[in-house]
Amino acid sequence: MGGALPPAALSEHTRAEIDHWVARFPAGRQRSAVIAALRAAQEQNQGYLTAPLMDAIAAYLQLPPIQVYEIASFYSMFETHPCGRHHVSVCTNISCMLRGAEDLLVHVERRLGIKVGESTPDGRIFLKQEEECLAACTGAPMMMVDHVYHENLTAERIDRILDELK
Amino acid sequence: MSAEFVNVEVNGVAVKAPKGEMIIRVTDANGAYIPRFCYHDKLPIAANCRMCLVEVEKAPKPLPACATPVAEGMKIFTRSPKAIAAQKATMEFLLINHPLDCPICDQGGECELQDLAVGFGRDISRYHERKRVVKDLSLGPLVSTDMTRCIHCTRCVRFGQEIAGIQELGTTGRGENMQIGTFVEHSVDHELSGNIIDLCPVGALNSKPFRFHARAWEMTQHPLVSPHDGFGSRLYGHVLRGKLMRVVPQPCEEINETWICDRDRYGYEGLAAADRLTAPRVRASNGQWQDADWDTALDAMAKGLRAASTGRGADGAGYMAHPSSTLEELYLLARLAEGLGSSNIDHRLRQRDFRDQGGDPLVPHLSLAIADVDALDALLIVGSNLRAELPMLAHRVRKAARRGAAVSFLNPQRYEYLFPTANVLVANPAQMLHELAGVLGAALEAGAAAAPASLAPLLAGVAPNVAHKAIAASLAKGQRAIWLGALALRHSAYAELRALARELARVTGATLGELAEGANAAGAYLAGCTPHRAAGGMVRAAYGRNARQMLEEPLPGYLLLGAEPWADGLQPHTLATLERARFVGAIASYASPAMLQVAQVLLPAATFAETSGTYVNLEGRWQSFAGAARPPGSARPAWKILRVLGNLLDLEGFEYQSSEIVRDELRAAVERAPRLGYESAFVPTRSAAVETLRDLPMYRLDPLLRRAPSLQQTRAGLAAAAEYPS
Repeated sequence: MGGALPPAALSEHTRAEIDHWVARFPAGRQRSAVIAALRAAQEQNQGYLTAPLMDAIAAYLQLPPIQVYEIASFYSMFETHPCGRHHVSVCTNISCMLRGAEDLLVHVERRLGIKVGESTPDGRIFLKQEEECLAACTGAPMMMVDHVYHENLTAERIDRILDELK
Repeated sequence: MSAEFVNVEVNGVAVKAPKGEMIIRVTDANGAYIPRFCYHDKLPIAANCRMCLVEVEKAPKPLPACATPVAEGMKIFTRSPKAIAAQKATMEFLLINHPLDCPICDQGGECELQDLAVGFGRDISRYHERKRVVKDLSLGPLVSTDMTRCIHCTRCVRFGQEIAGIQELGTTGRGENMQIGTFVEHSVDHELSGNIIDLCPVGALNSKPFRFHARAWEMTQHPLVSPHDGFGSRLYGHVLRGKLMRVVPQPCEEINETWICDRDRYGYEGLAAADRLTAPRVRASNGQWQDADWDTALDAMAKGLRAASTGRGADGAGYMAHPSSTLEELYLLARLAEGLGSSNIDHRLRQRDFRDQGGDPLVPHLSLAIADVDALDALLIVGSNLRAELPMLAHRVRKAARRGAAVSFLNPQRYEYLFPTANVLVANPAQMLHELAGVLGAALEAGAAAAPASLAPLLAGVAPNVAHKAIAASLAKGQRAIWLGALALRHSAYAELRALARELARVTGATLGELAEGANAAGAYLAGCTPHRAAGGMVRAAYGRNARQMLEEPLPGYLLLGAEPWADGLQPHTLATLERARFVGAIASYASPAMLQVAQVLLPAATFAETSGTYVNLEGRWQSFAGAARPPGSARPAWKILRVLGNLLDLEGFEYQSSEIVRDELRAAVERAPRLGYESAFVPTRSAAVETLRDLPMYRLDPLLRRAPSLQQTRAGLAAAAEYPS
């Protein structure tokens, strides 16, 4: 189903990760492991999924490819287009907004030289489209970097966090 | 019993309902209509359209009727102010993003959303913002898409999961960006995929060949029966000014439920093929073809047949009919052949082994009712690419397999069945005999039984393996059947295969069915369109030549009824044999180059949709239909052509006034005939020569399908074109 693209291979680490998750569900319920499989495959591919990769997951889990596409396109933590390897999401929902998140987002955009939804030319950072509330209002303003929460942000803290990303 | 029923009230009327039944099924059964989009009787419940919200006493908010089971004492209100308000609110939401393009939408006039919007929509939209637009999908040559119209009921998605067995469509994205699609562009290729057109409650999925050709309210609806296989799916033909515009399913719970396969739906395109024969044609003395009037052509036909028959006895003309001809046509052909003194008549154009034909049952049949296939516990299918041969029967088998039936196959190659299989044996045509003998050996061992001595040569040296034993064990209990498919019937040692299958059925207690090709193979047997049995199944005193013999050694003359033996048969050199005959006449719908090459007289015949007639399906059901469309040009129903030919040849009793009279005469003959002498002197041998066994592409099986352009553009059609360049 991957069109003209060559088939992709899942790395040994990805396959081990999938096996680990498949084992946690009853036999025949391997569809439950798709989210974990996509996460591992996305990491293997430096931050985004390709159709051949998703097809490989479908084949590995013996599912119709569309069931993998459905999940990959539904969840905001999966990217199905090429993007930077570190995913940065600045929360701009109500609590964070009241605590100055919008200014911080402008700061991030200026510092990285990109707009929300874009990646830095060196492929290092992907500034994701606005996330819905990430449920860390007590530490607003906050942002998530590759699934790690950073709370009580200031412009200086953000600069430090972004600079540490390789 | 009382524990299985609960007492509920529907709009104030007390009713009893099965415990656990969903509200919508109870209200449907009691005549209280609830609007719905995502709910469908044959699909799993999704409850995502919210159109079926109803008020239930003591429930704090309206409940979806499709996903709420009834409980004792439940009071359901389908038309209360609260219920109506909820339904109207849902409708308003559904219409927010639905385009107001009904005037240019093919679904207009037969649209569930349009109909329900009349009942539950507001007169004026309160929504003034921009509507969303969704890119259309390219799903192949059969289904056109207008995805902006989609309301996300997911019926098409659930059809793939539940009915087809292969999910091709899904819901991608979420929220405002959610859409139905394939994500990576590809066609929907399943042989039942056209059913998503009927399932779609809006104009998002429509028939591509029919698109923009007619409006629902302009056409008249006529019941038809599928002309492509012996399943006998019921169809409706939609006709505009005498022309068949499209075919849709006619619901029939005992046969096709609410589905039809793609070739039933799109095969009608073959009616308008470029090589359609619209006027009688006669070859002049200089060999050139000329259009002729009916009198001239009929005279030429009668003269040719008489010359090929008179004084030749058993070596007279040969008669070959397509097994999708109607019962009436086949019966009149058989009577015509008999009147001219020939028993050289056959419809089994792809069968190659006739050694055991004397042992044929009255008709090839399933051995059980189609509706009972769902309830089978064990099934062994020998030699069948079931999804291609009988797509709707494959659907029934799939239901049985999903219920837990042990479905096993013995086939010359591996196929994708799309349902759970118990044991799949793959063997080359010669080895198929040994594999089946292995299963029989295992059954004999398990039952401590002995096979008749005649089977000894086939059973010699057979050592049943694990798979053989498992299949034999599965066939030992419950509702069980063994079927011989089209690949078995085409097998050059079919007689041996059937002898083994018969003994296996006898030992295990399973019933034995034969899945003969064509829409009316059973009817052809009843009509006497076989060289060994006359009408009603009466054994002929002397067997005539079968289809294979007729095509191996040229006869003085031939009459072809709807058949194109070079494409509908498997004999090599068919064209050369026919060319050597002094006379070839055809009652045909098409004048293909091959036909023009071999024939001398062509009489234009109506197709299945243009004639009245009867098909007998593989469960033995007689299904009559009246003509729906007008035959093109001066084409005529074949039964009328045969009737006049009978008159011209001075044969007795050819004064039929209607096809019903022909049918009733045959029915009386079938009821009268003694079913005696169904034995043959056939003795199985081990050394039966085994020829190669060819599977045929599903869209090449009959003259109509070969001329249906949209089917030829499907993935299966294109693959066949690459394999068999025409």
